[in-house]
Amino acid sequence: MTRLVSLVLLWLVVTPAFAQPPATNVEDPRLYDVASQLRCVVCQNLSVADSPSEMAQQMRALVRERLRAGDTPEQVLQYFVDKYGEWILLSPRRRGFNWLVWSAPLTATIIGLIVAGFTIRRWTARRRARLSAMATGAPPPVDPAMRERIRREMELEGER
Amino acid sequence: MSRRSLRWLLPAAALPVLALLAYGFRVNHRDIPSPLVNRAATPFTLTSYAGEPMSLEANKGRVIVVNFWASWCIPACYEEAPVLERNWRTYKDRGVVVLGVDIQDKADAGRKFIDQFSLTFPNALDPTGKVSIDYGVYGVPETFFIDARGNIRAKHVGAVTDAVFQREVERLLAETK
Repeated sequence: MTRLVSLVLLWLVVTPAFAQPPATNVEDPRLYDVASQLRCVVCQNLSVADSPSEMAQQMRALVRERLRAGDTPEQVLQYFVDKYGEWILLSPRRRGFNWLVWSAPLTATIIGLIVAGFTIRRWTARRRARLSAMATGAPPPVDPAMRERIRREMELEGER
Repeated sequence: MSRRSLRWLLPAAALPVLALLAYGFRVNHRDIPSPLVNRAATPFTLTSYAGEPMSLEANKGRVIVVNFWASWCIPACYEEAPVLERNWRTYKDRGVVVLGVDIQDKADAGRKFIDQFSLTFPNALDPTGKVSIDYGVYGVPETFFIDARGNIRAKHVGAVTDAVFQREVERLLAETK
């Protein structure tokens, strides 16, 4: 049994190492690295590396040409940003106003956790109070807003 | 969280979304922002369909209209071709130059398009797409209005109309006086 489990684990670890890389339009890894960060301007949600469009092919050729000419990947990306603006980058740069975009998911998660924590704490406190009231025989505590609503509805009922 | 605070919090949360919607409705969808406006136009040299060199450099000191088009761009490029030809004829005596750049196209189809509209202003194929990328072109047609100092002053996305052509060119001509 132990041998079987070991074999299965070994298979799970080894097979991904022999897996084929995803099919791309780009063979050169350096070119792929730059092209995959650029948005294909005539496509929807496709990078220049992944798009088969003529425009993307021309953009890849330009990336290749600039890399061969000695530009660094950052300089090539900057060339496209100069022409199209930061919109051309699939991931906004981590600076200035863009930090808002990068930090929004984390901030939303933290706020969500705090709200959930408070809500759970309130629920458990209410349940604990109800249980202790049941143990002592006292009537369960009623929320003042609820008490007010009951009073109003009773009055209305009385008027009818 | 009390019900009273929820009563305020929910509309308050909707406010930024409504503000974003209001902003979206006010923005002109044709007005695609370009970092190139008010910057020097990138020089280029192509070989025109007539076999002549076509460049910005050769037209230095003049108001230049650079139009990116393609024969497969239907109907916008077909709508604006007569507009460009008509305005080129009107303004050429005042020193205005119109240059057509045919992108992502086949030379035969480009030639057929030029013949169909009897275009007399210079047009050239951009075989590598380098010129269109240098001008940050997203699609066709796009038109750039370049002042006499060689700076891009306006970009128009979509078919150019007589009103757009005349407004931009008159503005740039008035500055050169």
